[in-house]
Amino acid sequence: MSTHDLITVHLKVWRQNGPNDRGHFEDYTLKDITTHMSFLEMLDVLNENLMKEKKTPVEFDHDCREGICGSCNLVINGIPHGPQMRTAACQLHMRHFKDNETITIEPWRAKAFPIIKDLVVDRNAFDRIMEAGGYVTMATGNAPDANAVPISKVEADSAMDYAVCIGCGACVASCPNSSASLFTGAKIAQLAKLPQGAPERKKRVIAMVEQMEKEGFGDCSNYGECEAVCPVGISISAIATMRTEYVKALF
Amino acid sequence: MASFSNLLQTTVGRKILTGVTGIFLILFLVAHLAGNLTLFAGDGGEAFNLYAVFLHDLGPLLWIAELGLIILFGLHAYIGIKIYLGKKKARPVDYTYYQSQGGPSKQTFASKTMLISGMVILLFVILHVLHFKYNFFMPQMMVDNPAGGQMIDLAGHVEQAFLNPWIMLAYTAVMLLIGLHLKHGVWSAFISLGAKNPKLVPVLYTVGGIVAALLAVGFLIIPVFIFFNGGLL
Ligand code: HEM
Ligand code: SF4
Ligand code: FES
Repeated sequence: MSTHDLITVHLKVWRQNGPNDRGHFEDYTLKDITTHMSFLEMLDVLNENLMKEKKTPVEFDHDCREGICGSCNLVINGIPHGPQMRTAACQLHMRHFKDNETITIEPWRAKAFPIIKDLVVDRNAFDRIMEAGGYVTMATGNAPDANAVPISKVEADSAMDYAVCIGCGACVASCPNSSASLFTGAKIAQLAKLPQGAPERKKRVIAMVEQMEKEGFGDCSNYGECEAVCPVGISISAIATMRTEYVKALF
Repeated sequence: MASFSNLLQTTVGRKILTGVTGIFLILFLVAHLAGNLTLFAGDGGEAFNLYAVFLHDLGPLLWIAELGLIILFGLHAYIGIKIYLGKKKARPVDYTYYQSQGGPSKQTFASKTMLISGMVILLFVILHVLHFKYNFFMPQMMVDNPAGGQMIDLAGHVEQAFLNPWIMLAYTAVMLLIGLHLKHGVWSAFISLGAKNPKLVPVLYTVGGIVAALLAVGFLIIPVFIFFNGGLL
C-alpha cells in the first residue's frame, strides 16, 4: 500500500483488575491510526493516551514483536491472533481493519490459563507440560561431530515443521474445548521424529499427556480450529502423531 | 503409569476409544446396510427374510454380537457426553465474541452438533429395535420359508412401515443425521487413530464426507423407494 491511510478505530477491550476481578469491556476510540502500524503499536498509542489522561494503561503481553516469542496473546474480533491466518498478533497490521471498525480484544480464555490482569494470562501450564517430558538427555561439553547422528532430510524437515511451535497458546484459546493437544502434540511429534528424542520416547508421551490432563485443559474433538489460528501453521497431524505415540507407549 | 485400563483417564485415551468405537459402529452400519440392500433383490423380500433367519440361527453368536454392539454404543456415547461436559470445566468464563478462523478449521455445523446427532441416533436405535425386533408398533407377520415351514416376514413388516409417510420421513431424517454425524465422524476417527501425514489430512476429510454420504443415501433409499414405489420390488 503506497498511501498513508489514517483510520479511526473503536476498541472494546477486556479490563480485569486481577485474577479474582469479574472483568468487563471498556470502550475506547482512537483517531488517526496509520494503517502501517502493527496491532501492538496501535495498543501502545492507546496506552500513551490513557497515561496522558492519568488512567491505568491496558496490560498486554508482548516481547519480540516479530512473531517468534509467542507472548502477544490477544483474541481479536473473536479469533486468537486476529483475522489474518498464520500471523501472530504482533505481526498483524492495521491495514486489515476498516475505518470506523469496532475491534474487540479479549484475553485467552481457559481454566488452565488464569488471567493475571486485563489481557495477560498465565501460561505456566505449558511450561509444566514441557518439564514433564519435553526434553532430551544428551552428553554436554564439546559440540558433537556435525554429522555424527544421521537424520534424513525428510525427517529433519518434518521435525522442523513441528519444532516451529512458539508456545503461544492460541490453539487452546481457539479450541471450543480448550484443549492443549496441538501444542503438546507438536512437541511430542518433533521429538518423536528425531533420534535424539528416542531414549525417552515412551516415557515422554505418557508424562506430557498426563500433565496436560492435570492442568485442566479440555478434550480434543478434532475441530481443527487450532491449526487454523496457529501463527506458524502446525498441522493437526501433530495431534494424530501424539495419539499413535501414546498407543505405542502402552505396549 | 499408563495402561489400557486407564485409557479413559486422558484426553488421548478417550479419543482413541471414541475413534475405535466409532469405526466399529461404522463397520456395523456397513454390514447392516449390506443386509438391508437384499430388499432390492426383486424377490418380494425373500432374500432379506432368509438373511434374518440366518442371523437368528446364529444363536449365542448373535447374542455376543448384540452385547458387543451395546458396549460399543454405550462406551461411545458415554465418552461423547463426558467430552461435551468437559467444555464448561475447561473454560468456565466463555468468550463474549468468538468466531472461527475458517481455512483448515473443521468447525462446522456437523462437528458442533455431534452430541445432538449422536443422542438422536441413540434414541432412534432404541425405537428401531423395538419396532422391527420386538414388534412393539406392529404385529409380527409370517410367510412360507422356501426351505420348508414358515419364517418371520420381516420384509413385509418393513414394507408396511415405510408405506406410512411419517415413518418414511422420520427414518429419512434420522439417516440424514447419521450422515451429518459421520461427515465429521469419519475424518475425526482417522485423526484420532493416527493419520500422521499432514498432506493426507485434507484428503481424509473429503474421503470422510464421501463415506458419510454413501452410508446415509444407502440407508435412506430404502424407505424412500418403498414409499414412492408403493412397495417392494
Ligand atoms: C451408528 C452409530 C454411530 C456411529 C457410526 C458413530 C460414529 C462416530 C465416529 C466415527 C466419531 C468420531 C470418533 C472420533 O472422533 O475419534 C463419532 C464421534 C462422536 N459421537 Fe458418534 N457414532 C454413532 C453413535 C453415537 C451415539 C449414539 C452418540 C451418543 C451420544 C454419539 C456421540 C458422539 C459424539 C459426542 C462424538 C464426538 C466426540 C468428540 O467430541 O470428540 N455417537 N461418532
Ligand atoms: S501449536 Fe501453534 S497455536 Fe499452539 S502454542 Fe504452538 S504455535 Fe501457538
Ligand atoms: S510479541 Fe513475540 S510473537 Fe508476538
